[in-house]
Amino acid sequence: MLISTENIQYSHPGQAPLSFPDIHLKANEALLVLGKSGSGKTTLLNILGGLLMPHRGSVCIDGVDLNSIQGSNLDLFRGKNIGIVFQKPHLLAPLTVEENLQMAHYFSKKKGQEINRLLDELGIGVKSKSRVQNLSEGEAQRVSIARALVNSPKLILADEPTSSLDDENTFKVLNLLQTQAKKIGAALIIVTHDQRVKDHIPQFIEVKGA
Amino acid sequence: MNLFRLSWKYLTFRPLSTGLNVILLALGLAIITVLLLVQDQFENKMTKDAEGIDLVVGAKGSPLQLILSGVYHIDFPTGNIPLEEAKKLSRSRLIKNIIPLALGDNYKGYRIVGTNHDYLGLFEAQFDQGKVWEQPYEVVVGATVALREGLKVGDTFESSHGISVGSHDHEHDYQVAGILAPSGNVIDRLVLTSIETVWYTHEEEAESEDEKDHSELHQEVSKTGFPEGDQAKEVTSLLIQYRSPMAAVQLPRMINSGTSMQAASPTFEMARLFELLGVGVSLLQGLAFLLIGISGLGIFIALYNSLKERKYDLAILRVIGASRGQLVFLIFLEGIILTSIGALVGILLGHSFLAVIISQNEQGVAASLDAWIFLKGELWILVYALGVGILASLIPAWSAYQTSIAKQLTKS
Repeated sequence: MLISTENIQYSHPGQAPLSFPDIHLKANEALLVLGKSGSGKTTLLNILGGLLMPHRGSVCIDGVDLNSIQGSNLDLFRGKNIGIVFQKPHLLAPLTVEENLQMAHYFSKKKGQEINRLLDELGIGVKSKSRVQNLSEGEAQRVSIARALVNSPKLILADEPTSSLDDENTFKVLNLLQTQAKKIGAALIIVTHDQRVKDHIPQFIEVKGA
Repeated sequence: MNLFRLSWKYLTFRPLSTGLNVILLALGLAIITVLLLVQDQFENKMTKDAEGIDLVVGAKGSPLQLILSGVYHIDFPTGNIPLEEAKKLSRSRLIKNIIPLALGDNYKGYRIVGTNHDYLGLFEAQFDQGKVWEQPYEVVVGATVALREGLKVGDTFESSHGISVGSHDHEHDYQVAGILAPSGNVIDRLVLTSIETVWYTHEEEAESEDEKDHSELHQEVSKTGFPEGDQAKEVTSLLIQYRSPMAAVQLPRMINSGTSMQAASPTFEMARLFELLGVGVSLLQGLAFLLIGISGLGIFIALYNSLKERKYDLAILRVIGASRGQLVFLIFLEGIILTSIGALVGILLGHSFLAVIISQNEQGVAASLDAWIFLKGELWILVYALGVGILASLIPAWSAYQTSIAKQLTKS
């Protein structure tokens, strides 16, 4: 198993605790996490990415229990092994496209993928020297996908990557995520409430909320 | 990419705010640099110029004026003293060495000082060209005078009456016998000659051309002690070295109460002067610290404000593997880079400012300052600036350390 979770529980302050179904996923597999808004999908994603510590239960990625590592080791582990695509691109505005990806290499202390080749594959090779501000929304999102991929992570997490896209682009982005994940042999987990995605990725779990 | 380049990118991303903070800090530090340079060089020069001079004797008046005119050649002399009285004083057992000075003329604003060869010895002056004066109207010029006015050995020039430019010209030409090597002392800015030369120049005024006894112009001048002269002859001031510490107690009192002359100690008068100047210096220092304080506050506000916009960025950096420590370092680095640039610009600005002052002030005492001497104290400016940078980054860095990634990224 590349990622497996057991009895994860998390409670936001002043709210009833959330319980999440267990996840067991191998490399090269893809999984959808479905659920209504406010059901705790994003919380689960944060827990899987090591951004949030569950109050109960454990997350095991590639044989490493996330509970067992802390501080800068956890940050480094995340940088090396987990690529996260957020709902919004969140690129670093003072840097160029290329430099945004270089930062990922720098902080994870990992060589990772060749940046220009990756950008070419995502169809934004010509933008590699552009300022982030000069990108269209779609381009910015592809850069943020490239940033999640550039360190060849073992696990790719995507939070509502298609929510603001039309059908055609939804298809393109999903296709991109799946082929890239296969190529680097990573497990892919997509958190979404977008029913269109279900047609592309059969395996799913549902988060019911509190 | 590394953290240094990343902070640099963030700084250049908001050039106006960065520029303003750098300028504010640089101005404050420039003032401190100028003060530091002037204070250090002034005091150094003042002590160096007065070295070996225990007491200055001249006509009654302001003692500070006597020192400034007799030792540093900046102020006007207090008047003249009779040669007879000066000679009487020189026979005192309390005095080891006495050097007479006769002032009264200038060459393009550089003072012509009539004295004896001991004056050169007092400053351990070295000759660059030529030799010392031996005949009347032979002069030795200081290095700065020679350089600025392009004088060579054998050149002749006319003097002007008075000690500042623009007075009427004397008729007899002076001849350059020697040029001194640069010494960093007051003699760089002087034209030195015998006391006889100064006397003859002024007698010429009184006597008419044909009555004048030309034979005396070809006699050798006195090389040490006092020249021979009749009762009417005068000198301007006397530089005195004590024979024993006892002299410091007895001699000034003896001169001030027992003669028509006054005595002043360079050490004492300069200490008094620095005390007077101290008020102005403190005022400027206060202004400089105020500017630095404001710039520190400016840097703090700039970092703090940009941090609000950058919390997402910081969270993203954490997501791609940066540790809390690295983020804190990133913020500190920005503060430090900002203040280091401010410090370097400030120091450079301070030196350039001093260079401008010096170039505006060719004959004055400021002309003998050097704008491009770097002091150890300036390293403290750098340290001080870095302190400001670290202080200003403290709270922003702490807030960066505390930022929760998950909360930050889910907030939209």
